[in-house]
Amino acid sequence: MLNVEPSSLQRATAQAPHLQEPKVVAKDVSVYYGEKRALFDVSVNIPDRGVMAFIGPSGCGKSTFLRCINRMNDTIPICRVTGKITIENEDIYDPSLDVVQLRARVGMVFQKPNPFPKSIYENVAYGPRIHGLSSSKAELDEIVQKSLERAALWKEVKDRLNDPGTGLSGGQQQRLCIARAVAVNPEVILMDEPCSALDPIATAKIEELIDELKQNFCIIIVTHSMQQAARVSQRTAFFHLGVIVEEGNTEEIFQNPTDKRTQDYITGRFG
Amino acid sequence: MAVETAPMTPDSALSASRKNEAIRARIKRRYSAERRFRAYGIAAILFGLAFLVALFSTIFARGYTAFQQSTFTLSVVLDQAAFGSSAPTPSELRMADYTKIANRAIQQALGVDPNNKADARAAADLLSQNADTQIRKIVTADPSLVGQTVKVDVLAHGNVDSLLKGQFDRSVAESRRKLSDKQLGWLDRAIESGILTKKFNTGLFTYGASSKPETAGVGVALVGSLYMMTIVLLVAVPLGVAAAVYLEEFAPKNFITDTIEVNINNLAAVPSIVFGLLGLAIFINFMGIPRSASLVGGLVLALMTLPTIIIATRAAVSAVPPSIREAALGVGASKMQSITHHVLPLAVPGILTGTIIGLAKALGETAPLLMIGMVAFVVEYPSTPMDAATALPVQIYMWATAAERGFVERTAGATLILLAFLVVMNVTAVILRRRYERRW
Ligand SMILES: Nc1ncnc2c1ncn2[C@@H]1O[C@H](COP(=O)(O)OP(=O)(O)OP(=O)(O)O)[C@@H](O)[C@H]1O
Ligand SMILES: [Mg+2]
Repeated sequence: MLNVEPSSLQRATAQAPHLQEPKVVAKDVSVYYGEKRALFDVSVNIPDRGVMAFIGPSGCGKSTFLRCINRMNDTIPICRVTGKITIENEDIYDPSLDVVQLRARVGMVFQKPNPFPKSIYENVAYGPRIHGLSSSKAELDEIVQKSLERAALWKEVKDRLNDPGTGLSGGQQQRLCIARAVAVNPEVILMDEPCSALDPIATAKIEELIDELKQNFCIIIVTHSMQQAARVSQRTAFFHLGVIVEEGNTEEIFQNPTDKRTQDYITGRFG
Repeated sequence: MAVETAPMTPDSALSASRKNEAIRARIKRRYSAERRFRAYGIAAILFGLAFLVALFSTIFARGYTAFQQSTFTLSVVLDQAAFGSSAPTPSELRMADYTKIANRAIQQALGVDPNNKADARAAADLLSQNADTQIRKIVTADPSLVGQTVKVDVLAHGNVDSLLKGQFDRSVAESRRKLSDKQLGWLDRAIESGILTKKFNTGLFTYGASSKPETAGVGVALVGSLYMMTIVLLVAVPLGVAAAVYLEEFAPKNFITDTIEVNINNLAAVPSIVFGLLGLAIFINFMGIPRSASLVGGLVLALMTLPTIIIATRAAVSAVPPSIREAALGVGASKMQSITHHVLPLAVPGILTGTIIGLAKALGETAPLLMIGMVAFVVEYPSTPMDAATALPVQIYMWATAAERGFVERTAGATLILLAFLVVMNVTAVILRRRYERRW
């Protein structure tokens, strides 16, 4: 059995997500890359103001599913998505829905920190600027500061906002990317293995940050670290070969997995 | 290298030492192979450099004299009688016999009796035929000079110029020489007294075509080349960048775009003269743009440069990491915004380099311009791109086929000017690339 500290489990239980009103609802989502099918009728409800973790062995379709939620898969010509995904009962694959609008509502943090090769300030200000979220320089300054504070980066960079974002350390860069995503005030934040390129200290900082952010956002995180999933998430879905094998409250998944495959995966027998 | 893991029995120790020897021998061979390869590389580079040095030094040795021109500094008497009145009308100013004025001045300067017909003629022959024009220009610019004596720099004849540049052989029999003994005597005295000197040849940069080397320059060609480069920039860069961005970012990957891609690469390899033929057929015969106009030349060169710019831009755009695009899309930028805000700025150094290299290629291009009649004898500066003009490399080509000694040095001199432009452009490309290069 996985070694999960009881404290984090208790915390997760204490803030049990209200599943009555899920933020994101996926129904029978299938994804094809050309002829190849990567997801098989995936259905899942994702609660608001909480963290949902996707775990599973490599190549099982976690990233693919995550990228369906902000329609990032649209940028892959051979990719085809069927099924239905709604955010607050709004079908995001409705032809009348604007993808650009959607991506302002659903922010994304990528596996490798990818700040723009511009200043720290510009990195954060870019989103608000293109969406016209501020009417003055002062307002924009405020958004930038608030976003950096939310990403727990403000103290470290407040004196060098004009330095290039690419000059920060890996962990700082990733927090900058989180600040950039937060700056447009999204409803959902998708994180695809946000800590896989970071050392344990930077990882701890990001996890702390995720814990903070879940007060205001619906966070979906893909991770390969079971400890991380247990530490930060309230609900967990286990993906295997393109299907969700098991999905539920995190402590249940980790302590009493019902499916043999889940059991094997979280005890490290395969993956 | 295999690692020996078996226990060291005496037997295996022996085989191990033998193995070590083999390994050492192989390592030695590998190192010597590397050394040989380096030597070949250095030899190849030295070989190339030697050719380059030889090329530049011969051109320079031949061409540097073109930047100086022999000039008489004469006291020119602007006698009122030559103009008809003390306050001549503009037409009187224009019509005055400046040849006579110039001849008088040179005769006086050399101490030749103007009444001795043969001597007077021989002295006058030492001046450039352009001398009258030079004096006229000064007088028409300032009519108050009439009635005064002014110091004027007047070009010497091409033969005199050859003499001053040490290209004249005095040992040839007088009857077969271009300058007689008497003329040589006058000239030696003139040099001694300092009225005949070599001055910096501004005329090389300002004059247009001429049959006399001393008044031939690359002025018209420079203006023509400038017009054409401007047209290339205005036409090829926007078209090329737009085409490249569309192909790289928007175009669906299918048979049609594949064909287009292959053809663009082929176009870059099409001989330039073919573009000249195309220009002749389309721009001159079909669209009716006048022959020899720099507009036609510019359009032809733009077509020729287009593939270079497209290929360079595509390479630069595709070198921008996809993570940057995803980041932009991820915060809700539209595809167009992700390109204009992030991809293009990052691709700028590559685009600039491609553009400048394409421009440099276009600047040195001759063959297509011959096809569209830019090999013309143009004296007047073209005031618009619709006027007849020549281009730098074409001017070099035309001078290279002229016989006079003065044109030989001008050919090399104009080549030096062209090379200077090319070097400046390439250095600019390198500097821009360094300056804007960004890492991510
Ligand atoms: N752009 C693509 N084109 C074709 N096939 C793809 C593409 N992206 C993913 N796939 C395929 O879809 C399947 C799921 O991939 P996905 O990236 O979603 O896996 P994952 O669970 O995120 O794996 P990992 O944990 O290694 O990131 C894989 O079999 C993969 O080969
Ligand atoms: Mg993945």
